[in-house]
Amino acid sequence: MRDLTFEVARGEFCAIVGPTGSGKSTTLNLIAGLERPSRGQVVVLGEVVTDGARGVGYMFQTDAIFPWKTVLQNVCTGPLYRGVPRHVAQRQAHEWISRVGLAGFEDRYPNQLSGGMRKRVALAQTLINEPAVLLMDEPFASLDVQTRTLMENELLELWSGSSASVVFVTHDLEEAIALADRVLVFTAAPATVKQSYRIALPRPRNVAEVRFDPRFTQLYERIWEDLRDEAVIAYERSLKAIRS
Amino acid sequence: MTKPSSHMSGPSRPSGPDVPPDEPLTDAEAAEEAHARRRHRLERFLQVAVFCAIVGAWELSAQTGLADPFFFGKPSGIAATIWRWATRGTPQGPLWQHVAVTLEETILAFGIGVLIGVVAGFALARNRTLATVLGPYVRMGNAIPRVILGSIFVIWLGLGMASKVALGVTLTFFVVFFNAFQGVREVDPNLTNNARILGAGPRQLSFDVMLPAALGWITSSLHTSFGFALVGAVVGEFIGATHGLGYLVAAAQGAFNANGVFAAMVILSVVALIADALVTWLERRLTPWRPAAMTQTF
Repeated sequence: MRDLTFEVARGEFCAIVGPTGSGKSTTLNLIAGLERPSRGQVVVLGEVVTDGARGVGYMFQTDAIFPWKTVLQNVCTGPLYRGVPRHVAQRQAHEWISRVGLAGFEDRYPNQLSGGMRKRVALAQTLINEPAVLLMDEPFASLDVQTRTLMENELLELWSGSSASVVFVTHDLEEAIALADRVLVFTAAPATVKQSYRIALPRPRNVAEVRFDPRFTQLYERIWEDLRDEAVIAYERSLKAIRS
Repeated sequence: MTKPSSHMSGPSRPSGPDVPPDEPLTDAEAAEEAHARRRHRLERFLQVAVFCAIVGAWELSAQTGLADPFFFGKPSGIAATIWRWATRGTPQGPLWQHVAVTLEETILAFGIGVLIGVVAGFALARNRTLATVLGPYVRMGNAIPRVILGSIFVIWLGLGMASKVALGVTLTFFVVFFNAFQGVREVDPNLTNNARILGAGPRQLSFDVMLPAALGWITSSLHTSFGFALVGAVVGEFIGATHGLGYLVAAAQGAFNANGVFAAMVILSVVALIADALVTWLERRLTPWRPAAMTQTF
Protein backbone atom coordinates (compact mmCIF):
# COMPACT_ATOMS: atom_id res chain seq x y z
CA MET A 1 0.00 0.00 0.00
CA ARG A 2 1.35 3.41 -0.89
CA ASP A 3 0.00 6.97 -0.97
CA LEU A 4 -3.41 5.78 0.08
CA THR A 5 -5.47 8.76 1.08
CA PHE A 6 -9.21 8.99 1.33
CA GLU A 7 -11.85 10.39 3.59
CA VAL A 8 -15.24 9.11 4.55
CA ALA A 9 -17.77 11.68 5.69
CA ARG A 10 -20.08 11.19 8.66
CA GLY A 11 -23.05 9.05 7.76
CA GLU A 12 -21.59 8.18 4.37
CA PHE A 13 -21.75 4.70 2.91
CA CYS A 14 -18.46 4.14 1.14
CA ALA A 15 -17.67 0.96 -0.75
CA ILE A 16 -14.17 -0.12 -1.71
CA VAL A 17 -13.60 -2.38 -4.69
CA GLY A 18 -10.28 -3.52 -6.05
CA PRO A 19 -8.43 -6.55 -7.35
CA THR A 20 -7.49 -9.44 -5.07
CA GLY A 21 -4.54 -8.66 -2.82
CA SER A 22 -4.76 -4.91 -3.24
CA GLY A 23 -4.91 -4.34 0.50
CA LYS A 24 -8.63 -3.78 0.98
CA SER A 25 -8.76 -5.81 4.19
CA THR A 26 -5.54 -4.23 5.40
CA THR A 27 -7.17 -0.83 4.96
CA LEU A 28 -10.00 -1.84 7.28
CA ASN A 29 -7.56 -3.28 9.81
CA LEU A 30 -5.68 0.02 9.78
CA ILE A 31 -8.86 2.00 10.39
CA ALA A 32 -9.81 -0.35 13.22
CA GLY A 33 -6.36 -0.07 14.75
CA LEU A 34 -5.77 -3.82 14.52
CA GLU A 35 -2.70 -3.09 12.42
CA ARG A 36 -0.47 -0.02 12.46
CA PRO A 37 0.67 1.83 9.37
CA SER A 38 4.43 1.76 8.81
CA ARG A 39 4.06 5.38 7.71
CA GLY A 40 1.22 7.87 7.83
CA GLN A 41 -1.79 7.91 10.09
CA VAL A 42 -5.44 7.08 10.38
CA VAL A 43 -7.85 9.57 11.90
CA VAL A 44 -11.24 8.39 13.18
CA LEU A 45 -13.65 10.95 14.65
CA GLY A 46 -10.87 13.51 14.89
CA GLU A 47 -8.55 11.22 16.84
CA VAL A 48 -5.40 9.57 15.52
CA VAL A 49 -5.81 5.80 15.80
CA THR A 50 -3.05 4.18 17.83
CA ASP A 51 -4.27 0.99 19.44
CA GLY A 52 -7.88 0.05 18.81
CA ALA A 53 -10.03 2.86 17.45
CA ARG A 54 -12.98 3.93 19.53
CA GLY A 55 -16.47 4.07 18.09
CA VAL A 56 -15.63 1.51 15.44
CA GLY A 57 -17.58 -1.64 14.62
CA TYR A 58 -16.14 -4.36 12.43
CA MET A 59 -17.85 -7.20 10.62
CA PHE A 60 -15.34 -9.76 9.45
CA GLN A 61 -15.37 -11.83 6.31
CA THR A 62 -15.44 -15.15 8.16
CA ASP A 63 -17.58 -15.94 11.16
CA ALA A 64 -16.16 -14.21 14.18
CA ILE A 65 -19.04 -14.68 16.60
CA PHE A 66 -18.13 -16.78 19.63
CA PRO A 67 -19.11 -20.42 19.16
CA TRP A 68 -19.34 -21.03 22.93
CA LYS A 69 -21.89 -18.28 23.48
CA THR A 70 -25.56 -18.40 22.71
CA VAL A 71 -27.08 -15.81 20.39
CA LEU A 72 -28.12 -13.68 23.35
CA GLN A 73 -24.70 -13.94 25.01
CA ASN A 74 -22.99 -13.13 21.72
CA VAL A 75 -25.02 -9.99 21.19
CA CYS A 76 -24.53 -8.97 24.84
CA THR A 77 -20.76 -9.20 24.55
CA GLY A 78 -20.01 -5.65 23.44
CA PRO A 79 -22.04 -3.80 26.09
CA LEU A 80 -20.75 -6.13 28.83
CA TYR A 81 -17.15 -5.47 27.80
CA ARG A 82 -17.93 -1.78 27.97
CA GLY A 83 -19.20 -2.03 31.49
CA VAL A 84 -22.95 -1.85 30.87
CA PRO A 85 -24.87 -3.64 33.67
CA ARG A 86 -26.01 -7.13 32.71
CA HIS A 87 -29.76 -6.51 32.77
CA VAL A 88 -29.43 -3.40 30.60
CA ALA A 89 -27.17 -5.24 28.17
CA GLN A 90 -29.64 -8.10 27.93
CA ARG A 91 -32.55 -5.76 27.27
CA GLN A 92 -30.59 -4.06 24.50
CA ALA A 93 -29.56 -7.44 23.12
CA HIS A 94 -33.16 -8.68 22.97
CA GLU A 95 -34.07 -5.54 21.08
CA TRP A 96 -31.28 -5.99 18.54
CA ILE A 97 -31.95 -9.68 18.13
CA SER A 98 -35.53 -8.98 17.12
CA ARG A 99 -34.38 -6.10 14.91
CA VAL A 100 -32.23 -8.49 12.86
CA GLY A 101 -35.08 -11.01 12.80
CA LEU A 102 -33.74 -13.63 15.19
CA ALA A 103 -36.36 -13.40 17.96
CA GLY A 104 -36.95 -16.88 19.34
CA PHE A 105 -33.38 -17.99 18.68
CA GLU A 106 -31.79 -16.33 21.73
CA ASP A 107 -30.70 -19.60 23.32
CA ARG A 108 -29.23 -21.22 20.21
CA TYR A 109 -25.52 -21.75 19.75
CA PRO A 110 -23.99 -20.56 16.46
CA ASN A 111 -23.47 -24.09 15.16
CA GLN A 112 -27.24 -24.58 15.34
CA LEU A 113 -27.82 -21.65 12.98
CA SER A 114 -27.56 -21.26 9.22
CA GLY A 115 -24.89 -19.10 7.59
CA GLY A 116 -27.32 -16.24 7.07
CA MET A 117 -28.48 -16.36 10.68
CA ARG A 118 -24.90 -16.29 11.91
CA LYS A 119 -24.36 -13.14 9.84
CA ARG A 120 -27.42 -11.62 11.50
CA VAL A 121 -25.94 -12.40 14.91
CA ALA A 122 -22.68 -10.75 13.85
CA LEU A 123 -24.61 -7.72 12.61
CA ALA A 124 -26.51 -7.37 15.88
CA GLN A 125 -23.33 -7.94 17.88
CA THR A 126 -21.63 -5.11 16.01
CA LEU A 127 -24.51 -2.64 15.82
CA ILE A 128 -25.48 -2.91 19.50
CA ASN A 129 -22.36 -0.88 20.29
CA GLU A 130 -23.76 1.88 18.07
CA PRO A 131 -20.49 2.41 16.21
CA ALA A 132 -19.91 5.75 14.49
CA VAL A 133 -17.87 3.95 11.87
CA LEU A 134 -18.91 0.53 10.64
CA LEU A 135 -16.25 -1.50 8.84
CA MET A 136 -17.40 -4.44 6.75
CA ASP A 137 -15.04 -6.85 5.03
CA GLU A 138 -16.97 -8.78 2.40
CA PRO A 139 -19.44 -9.69 5.13
CA PHE A 140 -21.91 -11.49 2.87
CA ALA A 141 -19.44 -13.17 0.52
CA SER A 142 -20.14 -16.62 1.92
CA LEU A 143 -23.92 -16.40 1.52
CA ASP A 144 -26.07 -17.63 -1.35
CA VAL A 145 -27.43 -14.95 -3.67
CA GLN A 146 -30.98 -14.75 -2.26
CA THR A 147 -29.87 -14.61 1.36
CA ARG A 148 -27.29 -12.08 0.40
CA THR A 149 -29.82 -9.72 -1.22
CA LEU A 150 -32.01 -10.01 1.86
CA MET A 151 -29.11 -9.18 4.14
CA GLU A 152 -28.04 -6.24 1.97
CA ASN A 153 -31.50 -4.73 2.15
CA GLU A 154 -31.59 -5.28 5.86
CA LEU A 155 -28.21 -3.64 6.26
CA LEU A 156 -29.40 -0.58 4.35
CA GLU A 157 -32.48 -0.33 6.52
CA LEU A 158 -30.52 -0.64 9.77
CA TRP A 159 -27.94 1.84 8.53
CA SER A 160 -30.56 4.43 7.49
CA GLY A 161 -31.82 4.39 11.08
CA SER A 162 -28.37 5.29 12.39
CA SER A 163 -25.88 8.04 11.66
CA ALA A 164 -22.98 5.68 11.13
CA SER A 165 -20.42 5.92 8.36
CA VAL A 166 -19.82 2.63 6.59
CA VAL A 167 -16.69 1.42 4.88
CA PHE A 168 -17.71 -1.65 2.94
CA VAL A 169 -15.07 -3.77 1.23
CA THR A 170 -16.22 -6.10 -1.51
CA HIS A 171 -15.00 -7.54 -4.76
CA ASP A 172 -18.55 -7.51 -6.13
CA LEU A 173 -19.06 -4.30 -8.06
CA GLU A 174 -22.85 -4.73 -8.25
CA GLU A 175 -23.05 -5.00 -4.49
CA ALA A 176 -20.86 -1.92 -4.12
CA ILE A 177 -23.00 0.25 -6.41
CA ALA A 178 -26.29 -1.02 -5.02
CA LEU A 179 -25.32 -0.19 -1.45
CA ALA A 180 -23.00 2.79 -1.46
CA ASP A 181 -23.04 6.57 -1.77
CA ARG A 182 -19.53 6.42 -3.13
CA VAL A 183 -17.41 3.68 -4.66
CA LEU A 184 -13.63 3.79 -4.41
CA VAL A 185 -11.65 1.74 -6.91
CA PHE A 186 -8.28 0.57 -5.58
CA THR A 187 -5.38 -0.13 -7.88
CA ALA A 188 -3.46 -3.38 -7.87
CA ALA A 189 -0.77 -3.44 -5.17
CA PRO A 190 0.73 -1.09 -4.10
CA ALA A 191 -2.78 0.16 -3.51
CA THR A 192 -3.83 3.74 -4.03
CA VAL A 193 -7.24 5.13 -4.79
CA LYS A 194 -7.56 4.99 -8.54
CA GLN A 195 -10.91 6.66 -8.84
CA SER A 196 -13.82 7.71 -6.70
CA TYR A 197 -17.36 7.50 -8.05
CA ARG A 198 -20.38 9.18 -6.54
CA ILE A 199 -23.45 6.97 -6.72
CA ALA A 200 -26.38 9.34 -7.03
CA LEU A 201 -29.07 6.67 -7.02
CA PRO A 202 -32.08 7.69 -4.90
CA ARG A 203 -32.66 6.25 -1.41
CA PRO A 204 -34.29 4.28 0.06
CA ARG A 205 -33.03 1.65 -2.33
CA ASN A 206 -34.13 -1.88 -2.87
CA VAL A 207 -31.00 -3.83 -3.71
CA ALA A 208 -32.92 -6.34 -5.80
CA GLU A 209 -34.58 -3.66 -7.95
CA VAL A 210 -31.97 -0.92 -8.19
CA ARG A 211 -29.92 -3.15 -10.48
CA PHE A 212 -32.43 -2.56 -13.28
CA ASP A 213 -32.13 1.23 -13.09
CA PRO A 214 -30.48 2.49 -16.32
CA ARG A 215 -28.26 4.80 -14.28
CA PHE A 216 -27.04 1.71 -12.39
CA THR A 217 -25.98 0.07 -15.65
CA GLN A 218 -24.18 3.21 -16.78
CA LEU A 219 -22.26 3.49 -13.56
CA TYR A 220 -21.46 -0.19 -13.63
CA GLU A 221 -19.94 0.05 -17.10
CA ARG A 222 -17.80 3.05 -16.23
CA ILE A 223 -16.47 1.65 -12.97
CA TRP A 224 -15.99 -1.82 -14.41
CA GLU A 225 -13.64 -0.47 -17.05
CA ASP A 226 -11.38 0.93 -14.31
CA LEU A 227 -11.63 -2.15 -12.22
CA ARG A 228 -10.98 -4.54 -15.09
CA ASP A 229 -7.68 -2.90 -15.95
CA GLU A 230 -6.50 -3.31 -12.38
CA ALA A 231 -7.74 -6.87 -12.19
CA VAL A 232 -5.80 -7.71 -15.35
CA ILE A 233 -2.63 -6.22 -13.87
CA ALA A 234 -3.11 -8.18 -10.65
CA TYR A 235 -3.81 -11.38 -12.57
CA GLU A 236 -0.75 -11.08 -14.77
CA ARG A 237 1.37 -10.47 -11.70
CA SER A 238 0.06 -13.58 -10.00
CA LEU A 239 0.79 -15.59 -13.16
CA LYS A 240 4.33 -14.30 -13.16
CA ALA A 241 4.73 -15.14 -9.48
CA ILE A 242 3.61 -18.71 -10.07
CA ARG A 243 5.87 -19.18 -13.10
CA SER A 244 9.04 -17.99 -11.36
CA MET B 1 -1.28 -34.39 21.76
CA THR B 2 -4.89 -34.80 20.90
CA LYS B 3 -6.63 -32.51 18.49
CA PRO B 4 -10.17 -31.37 19.12
CA SER B 5 -12.67 -31.92 16.41
CA SER B 6 -13.66 -28.73 14.71
CA HIS B 7 -16.66 -27.09 16.24
CA MET B 8 -17.09 -24.34 13.73
CA SER B 9 -18.26 -26.49 10.88
CA GLY B 10 -20.94 -29.11 10.55
CA PRO B 11 -24.27 -28.87 8.83
CA SER B 12 -26.86 -26.91 10.71
CA ARG B 13 -30.15 -28.67 10.99
CA PRO B 14 -33.24 -26.53 10.64
CA SER B 15 -34.45 -27.08 14.15
CA GLY B 16 -36.05 -23.73 14.84
CA PRO B 17 -39.45 -23.26 16.38
CA ASP B 18 -40.95 -22.75 12.93
CA VAL B 19 -40.18 -26.28 11.77
CA PRO B 20 -43.38 -28.30 11.32
CA PRO B 21 -44.00 -31.20 13.72
CA ASP B 22 -43.10 -34.75 12.69
CA GLU B 23 -45.05 -35.93 9.72
CA PRO B 24 -45.99 -39.59 9.32
CA LEU B 25 -43.25 -41.58 7.63
CA THR B 26 -43.63 -42.75 4.08
CA ASP B 27 -43.15 -46.44 3.26
CA ALA B 28 -39.68 -45.88 1.88
CA GLU B 29 -38.62 -44.02 4.99
CA ALA B 30 -40.04 -46.71 7.24
CA ALA B 31 -38.20 -49.40 5.27
CA GLU B 32 -34.97 -47.45 5.57
CA GLU B 33 -35.41 -47.07 9.28
CA ALA B 34 -36.08 -50.78 9.71
CA HIS B 35 -32.97 -51.52 7.69
CA ALA B 36 -30.89 -49.23 9.90
CA ARG B 37 -32.27 -50.96 13.01
CA ARG B 38 -31.42 -54.38 11.61
CA ARG B 39 -27.89 -53.35 10.87
CA HIS B 40 -27.51 -51.86 14.33
CA ARG B 41 -28.66 -55.17 15.88
CA LEU B 42 -26.24 -57.14 13.72
CA GLU B 43 -23.36 -54.93 14.81
CA ARG B 44 -24.20 -55.41 18.48
CA PHE B 45 -24.47 -59.16 17.96
CA LEU B 46 -21.06 -59.28 16.27
CA GLN B 47 -19.56 -57.26 19.11
CA VAL B 48 -20.72 -59.86 21.64
CA ALA B 49 -19.68 -62.69 19.34
CA VAL B 50 -16.08 -61.43 19.19
CA PHE B 51 -15.93 -61.37 22.99
CA CYS B 52 -17.39 -64.89 23.26
CA ALA B 53 -14.98 -66.25 20.65
CA ILE B 54 -11.89 -64.91 22.42
CA VAL B 55 -12.93 -65.88 25.93
CA GLY B 56 -14.27 -69.25 24.69
CA ALA B 57 -11.02 -70.10 22.92
CA TRP B 58 -9.06 -69.16 26.02
CA GLU B 59 -11.26 -71.25 28.32
CA LEU B 60 -11.17 -74.20 25.91
CA SER B 61 -7.38 -74.22 25.61
CA ALA B 62 -7.08 -73.99 29.39
CA GLN B 63 -9.53 -76.88 29.89
CA THR B 64 -7.80 -79.10 27.30
CA GLY B 65 -4.35 -78.33 28.64
CA LEU B 66 -3.24 -76.52 25.48
CA ALA B 67 -2.36 -73.54 27.67
CA ASP B 68 -1.28 -74.23 31.22
CA PRO B 69 -3.88 -72.55 33.48
CA PHE B 70 -1.21 -72.13 36.16
CA PHE B 71 0.58 -69.57 33.97
CA PHE B 72 -2.20 -68.30 31.77
CA GLY B 73 -5.16 -68.47 34.12
CA LYS B 74 -8.58 -69.24 32.74
CA PRO B 75 -11.71 -67.13 32.31
CA SER B 76 -13.85 -69.22 34.66
CA GLY B 77 -11.11 -69.00 37.30
CA ILE B 78 -10.87 -65.24 36.85
CA ALA B 79 -14.64 -64.86 37.17
CA ALA B 80 -14.58 -67.02 40.31
CA THR B 81 -11.76 -64.92 41.77
CA ILE B 82 -13.64 -61.68 41.11
CA TRP B 83 -16.77 -63.16 42.67
CA ARG B 84 -14.82 -64.35 45.74
CA TRP B 85 -13.12 -60.98 46.16
CA ALA B 86 -16.41 -59.15 45.77
CA THR B 87 -18.36 -61.32 48.20
CA ARG B 88 -15.76 -62.45 50.74
CA GLY B 89 -13.03 -59.91 50.24
CA THR B 90 -9.45 -60.28 49.02
CA PRO B 91 -6.68 -61.82 51.10
CA GLN B 92 -5.56 -58.19 51.62
CA GLY B 93 -8.91 -56.87 52.84
CA PRO B 94 -12.27 -55.93 51.31
CA LEU B 95 -12.29 -55.28 47.57
CA TRP B 96 -14.20 -52.02 47.69
CA GLN B 97 -11.53 -50.56 49.91
CA HIS B 98 -8.86 -51.17 47.28
CA VAL B 99 -11.05 -49.78 44.52
CA ALA B 100 -11.82 -46.73 46.63
CA VAL B 101 -8.17 -46.06 47.38
CA THR B 102 -7.13 -46.32 43.73
CA LEU B 103 -10.03 -44.13 42.64
CA GLU B 104 -9.26 -41.51 45.24
CA GLU B 105 -5.62 -41.36 44.19
CA THR B 106 -6.60 -41.16 40.53
CA ILE B 107 -9.15 -38.40 40.99
CA LEU B 108 -6.83 -36.37 43.20
CA ALA B 109 -3.98 -36.70 40.71
CA PHE B 110 -6.31 -35.89 37.84
CA GLY B 111 -7.75 -32.82 39.53
CA ILE B 112 -4.40 -31.40 40.62
CA GLY B 113 -2.71 -32.25 37.32
CA VAL B 114 -5.46 -30.66 35.23
CA LEU B 115 -5.53 -27.54 37.38
CA ILE B 116 -1.76 -26.98 37.27
CA GLY B 117 -1.63 -27.97 33.62
CA VAL B 118 -4.31 -25.50 32.54
CA VAL B 119 -2.90 -22.64 34.63
CA ALA B 120 0.66 -23.25 33.45
CA GLY B 121 -0.31 -23.83 29.82
CA PHE B 122 -2.38 -20.67 29.83
CA ALA B 123 0.31 -18.57 31.50
CA LEU B 124 3.04 -19.73 29.13
CA ALA B 125 0.89 -19.27 26.06
CA ARG B 126 -0.04 -15.72 27.06
CA ASN B 127 3.42 -14.64 28.19
CA ARG B 128 6.21 -14.89 25.65
CA THR B 129 9.01 -14.32 28.15
CA LEU B 130 7.70 -17.02 30.46
CA ALA B 131 7.41 -19.41 27.53
CA THR B 132 10.95 -18.74 26.35
CA VAL B 133 12.46 -19.08 29.82
CA LEU B 134 10.55 -22.12 31.03
CA GLY B 135 9.91 -23.87 27.70
CA PRO B 136 13.11 -25.96 27.63
CA TYR B 137 12.59 -27.11 31.22
CA VAL B 138 9.05 -28.23 30.51
CA ARG B 139 10.28 -30.21 27.51
CA MET B 140 13.06 -31.70 29.65
CA GLY B 141 10.60 -32.65 32.34
CA ASN B 142 8.38 -34.29 29.78
CA ALA B 143 11.32 -36.30 28.46
CA ILE B 144 11.98 -37.96 31.84
CA PRO B 145 10.44 -41.43 31.94
CA ARG B 146 7.98 -40.51 34.66
CA VAL B 147 7.37 -44.03 35.91
CA ILE B 148 10.92 -44.05 37.33
CA LEU B 149 9.92 -41.09 39.50
CA GLY B 150 7.60 -43.47 41.34
CA SER B 151 10.56 -44.87 43.26
CA ILE B 152 11.70 -41.40 44.29
CA PHE B 153 8.21 -40.43 45.37
CA VAL B 154 7.91 -43.56 47.52
CA ILE B 155 11.19 -42.64 49.22
CA TRP B 156 10.11 -39.01 49.70
CA LEU B 157 6.46 -39.44 50.50
CA GLY B 158 6.19 -42.95 51.89
CA LEU B 159 3.89 -45.84 51.08
CA GLY B 160 0.71 -43.82 51.52
CA MET B 161 -1.49 -42.01 49.09
CA ALA B 162 0.74 -38.97 48.54
CA SER B 163 3.40 -40.77 46.52
CA LYS B 164 0.80 -42.17 44.09
CA VAL B 165 -0.91 -38.82 43.68
CA ALA B 166 2.44 -37.18 42.99
CA LEU B 167 3.25 -39.73 40.31
CA GLY B 168 -0.18 -39.31 38.73
CA VAL B 169 0.20 -35.53 38.72
CA THR B 170 3.54 -35.66 36.92
CA LEU B 171 1.90 -37.84 34.25
CA THR B 172 -1.32 -35.83 33.93
CA PHE B 173 0.23 -32.39 34.02
CA PHE B 174 2.13 -32.57 30.75
CA VAL B 175 -0.77 -33.84 28.67
CA VAL B 176 -3.04 -31.05 29.85
CA PHE B 177 -0.27 -28.47 29.77
CA PHE B 178 0.62 -29.02 26.13
CA ASN B 179 -3.01 -29.06 25.06
CA ALA B 180 -3.87 -25.90 26.97
CA PHE B 181 -0.78 -24.19 25.58
CA GLN B 182 -1.56 -25.23 22.02
CA GLY B 183 -5.23 -24.37 22.44
CA VAL B 184 -4.51 -20.81 23.53
CA ARG B 185 -1.89 -20.39 20.80
CA GLU B 186 -4.29 -21.53 18.12
CA VAL B 187 -7.23 -19.33 19.03
CA ASP B 188 -8.72 -18.00 15.80
CA PRO B 189 -7.29 -14.46 15.43
CA ASN B 190 -10.67 -13.44 14.02
CA LEU B 191 -12.23 -14.13 17.42
CA THR B 192 -9.64 -12.15 19.36
CA ASN B 193 -9.83 -9.28 16.86
CA ASN B 194 -13.60 -9.27 17.11
CA ALA B 195 -13.40 -9.23 20.91
CA ARG B 196 -10.93 -6.36 20.83
CA ILE B 197 -13.15 -4.33 18.54
CA LEU B 198 -16.13 -5.07 20.77
CA GLY B 199 -14.18 -3.53 23.62
CA ALA B 200 -12.50 -6.40 25.47
CA GLY B 201 -9.64 -5.55 27.82
CA PRO B 202 -6.71 -7.92 28.45
CA ARG B 203 -8.53 -9.72 31.27
CA GLN B 204 -11.67 -10.24 29.25
CA LEU B 205 -9.57 -11.36 26.30
CA SER B 206 -7.95 -14.00 28.52
CA PHE B 207 -10.94 -15.34 30.38
CA ASP B 208 -13.86 -14.63 28.10
CA VAL B 209 -12.23 -15.47 24.76
CA MET B 210 -8.94 -17.39 25.02
CA LEU B 211 -9.96 -19.77 27.79
CA PRO B 212 -13.28 -20.90 26.26
CA ALA B 213 -11.66 -21.09 22.83
CA ALA B 214 -8.95 -23.35 24.25
CA LEU B 215 -11.49 -25.42 26.17
CA GLY B 216 -12.01 -27.64 23.14
CA TRP B 217 -8.35 -28.61 23.22
CA ILE B 218 -8.31 -28.95 26.98
CA THR B 219 -11.37 -31.18 27.22
CA SER B 220 -10.11 -33.42 24.46
CA SER B 221 -7.00 -34.01 26.57
CA LEU B 222 -9.05 -35.03 29.60
CA HIS B 223 -9.59 -38.61 28.40
CA THR B 224 -5.89 -39.17 27.88
CA SER B 225 -4.93 -37.47 31.10
CA PHE B 226 -7.44 -39.42 33.19
CA GLY B 227 -5.91 -42.59 31.80
CA PHE B 228 -2.48 -41.32 32.83
CA ALA B 229 -3.70 -40.47 36.32
CA LEU B 230 -4.93 -44.05 36.69
CA VAL B 231 -1.61 -45.41 35.39
CA GLY B 232 0.19 -43.22 37.92
CA ALA B 233 -1.90 -44.53 40.79
CA VAL B 234 -1.59 -48.20 39.82
CA VAL B 235 2.13 -48.08 39.06
CA GLY B 236 2.69 -46.25 42.33
CA GLU B 237 0.81 -48.95 44.20
CA PHE B 238 2.78 -51.56 42.32
CA ILE B 239 6.07 -50.08 43.49
CA GLY B 240 5.09 -49.89 47.10
CA ALA B 241 1.75 -49.60 48.85
CA THR B 242 -0.53 -51.14 51.42
CA HIS B 243 -3.80 -50.66 49.52
CA GLY B 244 -5.14 -50.29 46.02
CA LEU B 245 -5.70 -52.32 42.87
CA GLY B 246 -2.04 -52.06 41.87
CA TYR B 247 -1.15 -53.53 45.24
CA LEU B 248 -3.61 -56.40 44.59
CA VAL B 249 -1.86 -57.11 41.29
CA ALA B 250 1.53 -57.08 42.98
CA ALA B 251 0.29 -59.39 45.75
CA ALA B 252 -1.28 -61.85 43.30
CA GLN B 253 1.91 -61.81 41.26
CA GLY B 254 3.93 -62.60 44.38
CA ALA B 255 1.73 -65.65 45.01
CA PHE B 256 1.99 -66.80 41.37
CA ASN B 257 -1.76 -66.36 41.14
CA ALA B 258 -2.36 -65.67 37.44
CA ASN B 259 -6.13 -65.59 37.92
CA GLY B 260 -5.67 -62.96 40.62
CA VAL B 261 -3.59 -60.72 38.35
CA PHE B 262 -6.19 -60.99 35.60
CA ALA B 263 -9.03 -60.42 38.06
CA ALA B 264 -7.45 -57.18 39.26
CA MET B 265 -6.91 -56.21 35.66
CA VAL B 266 -10.57 -56.74 34.79
CA ILE B 267 -11.71 -54.70 37.78
CA LEU B 268 -9.27 -51.97 36.80
CA SER B 269 -10.63 -51.92 33.25
CA VAL B 270 -14.20 -51.64 34.46
CA VAL B 271 -13.24 -48.77 36.75
CA ALA B 272 -11.42 -47.08 33.85
CA LEU B 273 -14.41 -47.47 31.52
CA ILE B 274 -16.82 -45.99 34.06
CA ALA B 275 -14.41 -43.13 34.70
CA ASP B 276 -14.09 -42.54 30.96
CA ALA B 277 -17.86 -42.25 30.66
CA LEU B 278 -17.81 -39.70 33.47
CA VAL B 279 -15.12 -37.70 31.67
CA THR B 280 -17.24 -37.73 28.51
CA TRP B 281 -20.14 -36.39 30.55
CA LEU B 282 -17.87 -33.71 32.01
CA GLU B 283 -16.71 -32.80 28.51
CA ARG B 284 -20.30 -32.28 27.33
CA ARG B 285 -21.02 -30.15 30.35
CA LEU B 286 -17.94 -28.01 29.75
CA THR B 287 -18.51 -27.52 26.03
CA PRO B 288 -22.28 -27.54 25.50
CA TRP B 289 -21.95 -25.53 22.30
CA ARG B 290 -20.33 -28.39 20.44
CA PRO B 291 -22.69 -30.58 18.45
CA ALA B 292 -23.18 -33.91 20.20
CA ALA B 293 -22.19 -35.94 17.15
CA MET B 294 -18.70 -34.49 17.28
CA THR B 295 -17.92 -35.47 20.84
CA GLN B 296 -19.51 -38.89 20.44
CA THR B 297 -17.24 -41.91 20.65
CA PHE B 298 -18.02 -45.47 19.63
